[in-house]
Amino acid sequence: MTIDEIQQQIIEDFSGFEDWMDKYGLLIELGNELQPIDPKYKVESNLIRGCQSRVWLHQEFRDGIITFEAESDALIVKGLVALLLKIYSDRTPHEILTSEPRFIDEIGLRQHLSPTRSNGLLAMVKQMKLYALAYEKIAQKNN
Amino acid sequence: MSITNIMIPDISKIRKDFPILGQKVNGKPLIYFDNAATSQRPIQVIDRVNEFSLRINGNIHRATHFFANKTTEAYENARETLRSYLNAEETAEIIFTHGTTESINLVAHSFGDAFVTVGDEVIVTAMEHHANIVPWQMMCQRRGATLKVLPFGDDGLLQHELLDQLITEKTRLIAVTQVSNVLGTVNPIAEIITKAHSKNIPVLIDGAQGAPHFKIDVQALDCDFYAFSGHKMYGPTGIGVLYGKRKWLDRIPPFFGGGEMIDKVTFTQTTYNEIPYKFEAGTPHYVGAIGLATAIDYLNNLDNILISRYEHDLLMEATTRLKQIEGLRIYGEAPEKVGVISFNIKGIHPFDLGTLLDQMGIAVRSGRLCADPVMDHYGVENMVRASFAFYNTVEEIDAFYRALIRLKAMF
Repeated sequence: MTIDEIQQQIIEDFSGFEDWMDKYGLLIELGNELQPIDPKYKVESNLIRGCQSRVWLHQEFRDGIITFEAESDALIVKGLVALLLKIYSDRTPHEILTSEPRFIDEIGLRQHLSPTRSNGLLAMVKQMKLYALAYEKIAQKNN
Repeated sequence: MSITNIMIPDISKIRKDFPILGQKVNGKPLIYFDNAATSQRPIQVIDRVNEFSLRINGNIHRATHFFANKTTEAYENARETLRSYLNAEETAEIIFTHGTTESINLVAHSFGDAFVTVGDEVIVTAMEHHANIVPWQMMCQRRGATLKVLPFGDDGLLQHELLDQLITEKTRLIAVTQVSNVLGTVNPIAEIITKAHSKNIPVLIDGAQGAPHFKIDVQALDCDFYAFSGHKMYGPTGIGVLYGKRKWLDRIPPFFGGGEMIDKVTFTQTTYNEIPYKFEAGTPHYVGAIGLATAIDYLNNLDNILISRYEHDLLMEATTRLKQIEGLRIYGEAPEKVGVISFNIKGIHPFDLGTLLDQMGIAVRSGRLCADPVMDHYGVENMVRASFAFYNTVEEIDAFYRALIRLKAMF
């Protein structure tokens, strides 16, 4: 599936909820289900510090594909991290650089990506794009 | 405590003065429990501020036209309102700033330049807001001085008996908060000032959280500096006050340079204006000052004793209810405390709690509360903070309690 198809699926998964509690309930469930990041990657250099919550992001680049692992100490953020991993992990740098996480807006959670919310999520998206940009440059050089 | 035991001033009448409280947030009636961050403004303040945009606006102290005169008069009247409210000896001791942060930076910078040299010491407490730590740290680094810290206990009480051990002949100033923005503790500032003055050490009081709850008499208190913000005491944002004793303000240099603060400028030398103008470079936020004075008028019209008893009752009610929640820990339970409750619920991240409460129309603060050392003291990353004002009600506290119970079940 393409990034856009996955985003569409997420939007559909969330569209059925009338009540905010169900929406956040699903995020909490996704957060609980997220595979914890390997403790050896839960280090300062992988930490994205927000004022209110923290996100750890680790990446690997192999055969032209970037794989991300991430986690947060806040469960709702962790749920959103899980969704971001669904769309951005195991992708080429080009796919990552050309896709915006529009689903967050469409499922009515845009406030979590505003720079003022400082929960580390916006910084996480920026960081993933920076990795993608760096790996794309490396790949171009090697060609 | 039951609702009927609470002495109730006419809160429904007071609430009508605060139009914002009638709003719905996320479809729910707003419950505003973030008053320690910023309080809401009564219609009297809003109208007065609007009046200066709609009908009167001229830069103060700079021209002879009608608007300039009107604005200057209102600005200087505002200074007198503040002087009278704080019972300062003279209006020259009231300096308008952008807020507590600027007030403290002003003293740290100017007092530091005049009186602090290599090897000197400044004392703060471990429960200060970053605004009463960082300016002193910066000044100490610049002047080669040392910052010393008075600790507090798990109960949220300052260990002020240790102050004697911290004070040396090199102590140049003590900066302490009147009320902790995290713990709500009301500190024994009168005792600290007496002790400091017995060794000729001046004291700065951070009144950001104290001024909204207590009427201050700076002469009775005998503090050397008192700093606070307008927006935490029902006034506009961007305006604050620094009270300073003339004997200090006359002797410390200006903080900012620019218009108004000068006496005569040449390229070889500039002489400075008198206090308070020496410290008010540039066009001040005169509309904010006038709005703050209106907020003070508003507070003066309330029954002080009844209001503070009511605020205390709200705190007691909230504390009792919150303690019924299993796994909830309140940080700071000093006997002398204002309406601030910082807490955590075991297994729930403060960000999650804040986010979900917002969905229910309840505004609280979550995060590190601009007080890293307090977070470190309790070994936590974040807290949730509910803080009350006199326009809050027992019904809102009950709704808050029920919301927490409901949210706890989601985790």
